[in-house]
Amino acid sequence: MTALHWATISPLLLAILIPFLYKYLRKIHTGWFVLALPLILFIYFIRFLPSTSAGNVIEHTVPWVPSLGIHFTVFIDGLSLLFALLITGIGALVVLYSIYYLSKKTERLNNFYVYLLMFMAAMLGVVLSDNLIVLYTFWELTSLASSLLISYWYHRKKSIYGAQKSMMVTVFGGFAMLGGFTLLYVMTGTFSIREIIGSLDLVTTNSLFLPAMLLILLGAFTKSAQFPFHIWLPDAMEAPTPVSAYLHSATMVKAGIYLVARFTPVFGGSQEWFWLLSGFGIVTLLWGSLSAIRQKDLKSILAFSTISQLGLIMCLLGLGSASLYYGYGTDTTMYTTATLAAIFHLINHATFKGSLFMTAGIIDHETGTRDIRKLGGLMTIMPVTFTISLIGTASMAGLPPFNGFLSKEMFFTGVLNASQLEIFNMQTVGMLFPVLAWVASIFTFLYCMILFFKTFTGKFKKENYDKPVHEAPLGMLISPIVLGSLVVIFGLFPNLLAYTLIEPAMNAILPTVLGPGEQFYVHIYHWHGFNTELFMTIGVVVLGTLLFLLMRKWAKLSIYLHERDPLNRVYDGTLILLSSSSHRVTSSFMKGSIRQYLIYIFSFMVLFLGYMLFKLNAVTLSGVESAPIVFHEAALAVVMCISAVTVVLARTRLTAIIGLGAVGYSLALFFVLFRAPDLALTQMVIETVSTVLFLLCFYHLPMFKAKFEKIPFRFTNLIVSLGVGILVTVLAISSHHSKSFESLASFFVNSSYDEAGGKNMVNVILVDFRGFDTLFEILVLAIAAIGIYSMVKLRLEKGES
Amino acid sequence: MRPNDVILKTATQLVTFIIIIFSIYVFLAGHHNPGGGFIGGLMTAAAFVLIGIAFDIKTIKRILPFDFKILTATGLLIAVLTGIGSFVFDSPFLSHTYDYFYLPLLGKTELATALLFDIGVYFVVIGVTLTIIYTIGEDN
Repeated sequence: MTALHWATISPLLLAILIPFLYKYLRKIHTGWFVLALPLILFIYFIRFLPSTSAGNVIEHTVPWVPSLGIHFTVFIDGLSLLFALLITGIGALVVLYSIYYLSKKTERLNNFYVYLLMFMAAMLGVVLSDNLIVLYTFWELTSLASSLLISYWYHRKKSIYGAQKSMMVTVFGGFAMLGGFTLLYVMTGTFSIREIIGSLDLVTTNSLFLPAMLLILLGAFTKSAQFPFHIWLPDAMEAPTPVSAYLHSATMVKAGIYLVARFTPVFGGSQEWFWLLSGFGIVTLLWGSLSAIRQKDLKSILAFSTISQLGLIMCLLGLGSASLYYGYGTDTTMYTTATLAAIFHLINHATFKGSLFMTAGIIDHETGTRDIRKLGGLMTIMPVTFTISLIGTASMAGLPPFNGFLSKEMFFTGVLNASQLEIFNMQTVGMLFPVLAWVASIFTFLYCMILFFKTFTGKFKKENYDKPVHEAPLGMLISPIVLGSLVVIFGLFPNLLAYTLIEPAMNAILPTVLGPGEQFYVHIYHWHGFNTELFMTIGVVVLGTLLFLLMRKWAKLSIYLHERDPLNRVYDGTLILLSSSSHRVTSSFMKGSIRQYLIYIFSFMVLFLGYMLFKLNAVTLSGVESAPIVFHEAALAVVMCISAVTVVLARTRLTAIIGLGAVGYSLALFFVLFRAPDLALTQMVIETVSTVLFLLCFYHLPMFKAKFEKIPFRFTNLIVSLGVGILVTVLAISSHHSKSFESLASFFVNSSYDEAGGKNMVNVILVDFRGFDTLFEILVLAIAAIGIYSMVKLRLEKGES
Repeated sequence: MRPNDVILKTATQLVTFIIIIFSIYVFLAGHHNPGGGFIGGLMTAAAFVLIGIAFDIKTIKRILPFDFKILTATGLLIAVLTGIGSFVFDSPFLSHTYDYFYLPLLGKTELATALLFDIGVYFVVIGVTLTIIYTIGEDN
């Protein structure tokens, strides 16, 4: 275990202490104890920056299940460091924010911080693991922690619904991903991502390439809320706002992005990867931005906005993967721009979306509502929140001088470049990308305006709020202020990040594009001349403003009034259908009638054994000579048959019991004929005893139900019993005629007197050669007796237990 | 008023002993002739059942004033101890042996440890049968 391993699991270790800190130090808010850890981790991870920006990687391995090739390998390159910094940095800010957001008097803080730390460790594990199985373990831990956090207020029905939904969707994807990982292992024989990338030719030529890619993408898409799996994210907004800010904007939803980026060297360069990523990305972008407009709740707007921005990043990662098709040597800057934009927007999105969620939380906390129809006129009352929101929304809308502007310009460059691509059939449909991206940007601009103006401008109506509205305390404002200033700093000095964070991350995503000793050229600047991108931005601003001004006209449309995503109906319907149809299936054969279950058992036996007999060609009538049948054997058999038929056709039960007794005594006679005196003796006595017991039962039948009727005839029963009878007969005859081995009997005949000193071979076998069986048979008898005794004697009266 | 069943009762008093002696014979002869613990036990139990039919359950309880469940347990214990006993002679579980002895009155007689095991079986079968019959018989 190196320091890096301890750093990865340190949140879990701290989580163990949280309940004690909460219980014994009630006066101090538990969050303060938590706050130190992400801060320390952040500083710890920052120290890796020089080494990764020089192009080095750090790798440490601790064996976990070495026999299966599962090692806890921690691996740091540009990409994982970027994510680790996001997780710890925003984690620290979120913890600070939550200290002021959650009251220490009314909330169960121990639960909250345990879940949050669990999540933090899981997330660090996901981004730092090199081993696929370890990655998967942490991946599922994020799903679990996320569901726990969403259902933090578990007495609310909606929280439980949201938690369950997110669990279902993400775990579904997680399982698919595990399948994809297994396929990768099958192809390459290793779970290590680095080794898989090292043996790429094994993967790309394999027929399992496409299934593995689809399964892994399913995991990434469900986690990152891509269309149509995005439905869980808006319902996850029932979580406390710090959770939404942390999990559902900055970190967990980016786990899918991380996975896609991490696997781009493996799958990138293929047509399917390119189309799936960019196609689903752009659809998600458009769908998310369109749905965000329809929302009336601040956090729902932000949730759909997150979905749409994640789609944007996913689309860019897809477009950027085209450069792997060309590989080293060609002028690939044109294609790598998309990857650059993806990473830059990833950072930007984490900063502005985190701050926006926090301001939404402040507004909720201070006014008691998040409904934009009630809010309004908060500009002068909450000046700080107003300023941060302004920065955040402007950046999200893509206005200069904030960082969102830069990443959106690069996004436009990326899609415009992509439309010029001459591979993967882009010539025909390539133009769709810039058009769709542009339309989505207009919607983005529109919902940013709605979000901002509906909250802060207009008239302040006091009657809309339950409590006196005022600015939030300073502690709650620190985190959004920090994030807001980062938005401005990254906007004004984007090249701060260029070679420290972005270039190493690009290097990790597109390792084969560079020659030895080369670096990506990263230069981000505000003014890039009068080009298509700028005109597109101007168009976005103009059209977005127009749409906002004309809002009254289209606000009556039903598409605006119904805010639930129509895909929820599919999800809910599927769940209901699943449970109702499984109930229907179960109740169609689990009727609770023993007769039916017996029919199932017997039919299965007949069909299965019959099929096997037929298939293996096992029915035979030759091979061993049968003994001649003498007259009294045949006569006895006839008697036995008549008694058996009497039992079945008997009109009264008494006849049936007597008939059964006759069968038993005939059997004893058969034992006599076939020279088994011990069996004959036992059979006689046992038959007598059981007939007596049957008569006893008969005598005690309740009178009011005991109609002396024939057994009702049922055709199914006849068929099934005929089947069983014929099958068993055929089986017995066939097996008798196909004896492959000498029987053991000669051993017993020869040695029962010499070795065991007994002339009665049956008895010697029972008590000596195979006495162990007898021991347990007498135990069975004893248990039966005790059972009858306790059933008869121990009768509980009503209310007794 | 009970019917007069003096013939049945008298016959029972005589027949019971014959049945019991026969059952013990069957039990002891088991090693060389048909019979053994199982059938012997069943017959002994049948003798007591006959008493139960001719007289009543109270009578049997007076003749045999002990719990048949304990008899069952004793039988099981004997059987298991026979098995464990072979450990003392460093043999596997349930190894039996036999030898011939000159007993007074009986002359040369074969004694086998398998007989001990059979005694266990005999007791269990008697105990089980009587437990079942009396439990059901006493029930209202």
